[in-house]
Amino acid sequence: MSFKNPLEGIEEKFEMIQILDEDGQIVDEDNVPDLSDDDLVELMRRMVYTRVLDQRSIALNRQGRLGFYAPTAGQEASQLGSHFAMEKEDFLLPAYRDVPQLIFHGLPLYQAFLFSRGHYHGNQMPEDVNAVSPQIIIGAQITQAAGVAYGFKHNGKKNVALTYTGDGGASQGDFYEGVNFAGAYKAPAIFVVQNNQFAISVPVEKQSAAETIAQKAAAAGVPGYLVDGMDVLAVYKVVKEARDRAVNGEGPTLIETMTYRYGPHTMAGDDPTRYRTDDMDDKWEKRDPLVRFRKYLEGKDLWSEEKENEIVETAKEEIKEAIKKADKQDKQKVTDLISIMYDELPQNLEEQMEEYKEKESK
Amino acid sequence: MAQMTMIQAITNALHTELKNDENVLVFGEDVGQNGGVFRATEGLQEEFGEERVFDTPLAESGIIGLAVGMSTQNLRPVPEIQFFGFVFEAMDAVSGQAARMRYRSGGRWNAPMTIRSPFGGGVHTPELHADSLEGLMAQQPGLKVVIPSNPYDAKGLLIQSIRDNDPVIFLEHMKLYRSFREEVPEEEYTIDLGKANVKREGNDITFVAYGAMVHAALKAADELKEEGIEAEVIDLRTVAPVDIDTIIESVEKTNRAVVIQEAQKQAGIAASIVSEIQERSILHLEAPVLRVTAPDTVYPFSEAEEVWLPNHKDIVEKAKQSINF
Repeated sequence: MSFKNPLEGIEEKFEMIQILDEDGQIVDEDNVPDLSDDDLVELMRRMVYTRVLDQRSIALNRQGRLGFYAPTAGQEASQLGSHFAMEKEDFLLPAYRDVPQLIFHGLPLYQAFLFSRGHYHGNQMPEDVNAVSPQIIIGAQITQAAGVAYGFKHNGKKNVALTYTGDGGASQGDFYEGVNFAGAYKAPAIFVVQNNQFAISVPVEKQSAAETIAQKAAAAGVPGYLVDGMDVLAVYKVVKEARDRAVNGEGPTLIETMTYRYGPHTMAGDDPTRYRTDDMDDKWEKRDPLVRFRKYLEGKDLWSEEKENEIVETAKEEIKEAIKKADKQDKQKVTDLISIMYDELPQNLEEQMEEYKEKESK
Repeated sequence: MAQMTMIQAITNALHTELKNDENVLVFGEDVGQNGGVFRATEGLQEEFGEERVFDTPLAESGIIGLAVGMSTQNLRPVPEIQFFGFVFEAMDAVSGQAARMRYRSGGRWNAPMTIRSPFGGGVHTPELHADSLEGLMAQQPGLKVVIPSNPYDAKGLLIQSIRDNDPVIFLEHMKLYRSFREEVPEEEYTIDLGKANVKREGNDITFVAYGAMVHAALKAADELKEEGIEAEVIDLRTVAPVDIDTIIESVEKTNRAVVIQEAQKQAGIAASIVSEIQERSILHLEAPVLRVTAPDTVYPFSEAEEVWLPNHKDIVEKAKQSINF
């Protein structure tokens, strides 16, 4: 073979970006993001809050008080660091594990619980929340993000569409189509692939021969970055830069965050011991995003055990109130669902509305 | 008034809505400078610019996903699927996403898009160009499915579809694109979705048809008239939702019906209409409600399509079967 293999040396082009190491030490002084002390504390607050929410959600699910739930512990830096770079007017297209970002984008907690229970009000974003509800079909949101971004560009708005998928999602046709469309239209979209190493049970090595998911952006002519997804400063920094480029008309970015979910895929019977080892879990838990950021903040005198306990207690209290509020929501009726199918009821549903009014009155 | 072919009436409708509403965007494969493979978008990019009429990368799921996302930004997308057989590539985007936007979000979002696409047999296309997939679409709650049979209807229905706040699948039978011209007003007008049109009145038997089969039904009615049989011909215009009132009114008058579709017999629009008729009007019927359809094979390789496609003779035969029952 006389031609040079273009894949040679590709690992160097997609080296993992890290700012804060596992011991909470800055390893890349030049790239420390420009965040105020208040911002740093707020980021930590959100991560702690989300860890508590995850623990409580799992418990509530086991008690039968929540339905569908995809655990988030381990992915906080990836989820909340990326979302922290967003503005309120930016548009969020989450996957089903990305409920925390929706909450910090403005979805009331009781509605997040209703989503889990399978009540449509959980999907009904308030008027000021620019987001769609969590996508169930893997990758469907990626082409939609290109459309939202096209809309921002077309309407002259300085906003971005932020969407999430996982390592499995990066194998979907819609993944390639969405990234490629956004690239072709130079649309302000940010595609975050949270590589948590497993698509349910299938390890990332079996998804693709590609060394990284980040490099898949190159085929679409879009910049791609690989980031330490357990390092909240690195995730924030890379997403913030992607946002700046996008609103400057420089087009979309693909970001792969290397992360890990400590829990099962969902609470519906997945058993991670069938496909993961304790060694692997231990290795990743040593990289925990909260542990390292806590150390960093303590070193700056911005964090204390007292403060953390206060946040944990507040979170527990808010969760309790939100569950109470979710319990009070009117029971969902088939006639409600009939009425939200179309702007105006067609003839067939008009007839069926009458049938179900009668059935529900019995 | 001008004489227009159906394709000209479609271009005219797109032009009308691009002019009326700055949020209307027209896009798809080859729809820009090339004006579409059938010239449906001829001249539109030149007049309305590349921001509003544009080519897409060649990926059907991406095209419909793009339209879903645009819908959240106050836009009114009119994407084209180049041939409707290609919609299989976009099934999740259509049925799993666009159709459910309003429902899933409890009314917070909707998808006011009109997906235009050529379909229909008899023009010797390669595989997966001619398939009649309206039954598949009609089974998806959240969608409306519109199929015009002539230039006048095409314009009024397309304008109404674009203005509709829910997703509409607008299917254009290729054989009708340039087969005849008729008077089409230059000014705008709309035709309500979900309303059928009685094309020909008669007291002896009801023909229910849509798209190209309306013309076969009319031809059959002309032939039957020579034998003293007066058929009433209903053009559905919208196959989801179906205008069942108009059908029932006619059947209760004629007491006999033949439902005609170019699609295969299994499942589908005609089967559903037959069920509706017998559920509502069985005591008015003098004979079983019959169907004229294609056989239950995959759409044929083009050398066999003349025999495979239903025609007016098949309709005459079924009508006589009904009358002689």
